[in-house]
Amino acid sequence: MAVGLTLIFGVMRVVNFAHGDMMVWGMYLAYVLSTRAGLDPYLGFALCAAALFVFGAAVQRGLVDRIVDAPHEMQILLMLGVALVMENVALLVFGPEPIRVRSPLGAATWYLGPLYVDVARLVTFGVAIVLTAALWVFLYRTDLGRQIRAAADNPYGALVIGTDVRRVYAAAFGIGAACVGAAGALVSPILPFQPSTGLSLSVTSFNIVIIGGMGSLPGAFVGGVLVSVAESLGAVFLKPSLKELASFSLLILILIVRPAGLFGRRAS
Amino acid sequence: MSTLLSLDAVEVGYGDVVAVHAASLEVRAGEIVALIGSNGAGKTTTLRAVAGLLRPRRGRIVFDGDRIDGRSPADVVARGIAHVPEGRQLFPTMTVLENLELGARTAASRAQRPETLARVFDLFPRLAERQTQLAGTLSGGEQQMTAIGRALMARPRLLMLDEPSLGLAPIVVATIFDNLARINAGGTTVLLVEQNVLRALRLCHRGYVLENGAIVAQGTRDALLADERIKRAYLGR
Repeated sequence: MAVGLTLIFGVMRVVNFAHGDMMVWGMYLAYVLSTRAGLDPYLGFALCAAALFVFGAAVQRGLVDRIVDAPHEMQILLMLGVALVMENVALLVFGPEPIRVRSPLGAATWYLGPLYVDVARLVTFGVAIVLTAALWVFLYRTDLGRQIRAAADNPYGALVIGTDVRRVYAAAFGIGAACVGAAGALVSPILPFQPSTGLSLSVTSFNIVIIGGMGSLPGAFVGGVLVSVAESLGAVFLKPSLKELASFSLLILILIVRPAGLFGRRAS
Repeated sequence: MSTLLSLDAVEVGYGDVVAVHAASLEVRAGEIVALIGSNGAGKTTTLRAVAGLLRPRRGRIVFDGDRIDGRSPADVVARGIAHVPEGRQLFPTMTVLENLELGARTAASRAQRPETLARVFDLFPRLAERQTQLAGTLSGGEQQMTAIGRALMARPRLLMLDEPSLGLAPIVVATIFDNLARINAGGTTVLLVEQNVLRALRLCHRGYVLENGAIVAQGTRDALLADERIKRAYLGR
């Protein structure tokens, strides 16, 4: 079930250390919507995605844009700063205790003969597949999506043909944040979370992106599948608490065999 | 003929280095103008300044009556200047068709996309055969054709090319230069930067010679081809 989620999660390929914290904000937003407005996270995820889109685009326009020409390390520092601020704002507002969103929808279980299906996981899986498909259609079939792929493929080339690069970057950042926001809302009834959850989520997403190859969209998809399968197998055959051992061993193995990641291009 | 593009004492630099210090030239509507010079003379820098990729420190660049120096590349493209950069700068993991279609950025060029595409395929039939192939897997010549095609998709009034012959086999270069003549005959003004001086001079109507960041000679094709200094320095005779 984590497959679809990790797919979305891995698609955004900007070096974004605030990734996990954006997801946690999506979770808290789902929590607020559910406790204050009585909106089930399985319905509220769309609102979370919209909110995070605006937030992501604003971070890109207001902060990242200013240092887009600076070396990569500067972007990492900036995003680390954003991550710290986001985590501590969450801490200030919601406190450090782990919480979990209650969802009447998510508590239900369907019995299909001898099998019983957890509705929460089924819905999460289904929505994740739909969102991933929608993202694919957007990136491959629409003009803005193609501009995003072009800018990812060759930023200088995109500039030369007259792409409004700022607009494209803001859209890409916003969509990445929206995906993460939706994912956060969707897992909020399953996964207990606290402000510090963001860091481990960021690390997982980096793992995926590095395995797939930095900057490769198909790589992010495949990396997402591999990491979640490795973690599921690790949880079954080792111990649930050792599942990261499996995914990070996979990371090391792949880096030894293919230093640029599965779909990565060698730096020239 | 009316002036389409003019550069007036343009100075461009990178950091402390001044790459071009006195570029003045004029391109009239309908012409092919060649900008020649040795490696490092500032030809690429000059084109990049016109394309909005570099901001000149001094001087003026005027296109169709409006100052364009300091404008964004997107704005310059929208005004009708398309740039085929050095190294082609395609999108390697996207198909030839996607690369071409991406060239049509403005609303006007998007509306005419099917017709322009048909014209590009007519100029370069090879691209029609390779539409679904990833640009990164093309041969050098096919990549250059894709880069020119992508620029044409913007329906430019001025097409600027930076070293289109670089690294290509002579027969491919001949095809590309024939097509530049056809593109020009179709009404598109061309500003061509080339190290292949003989070919560039034969194709052009007029030419400029750039040396150490300044224009040192100019003239019509025949005058430049007959110039003793140019013969000695660039044509090896």
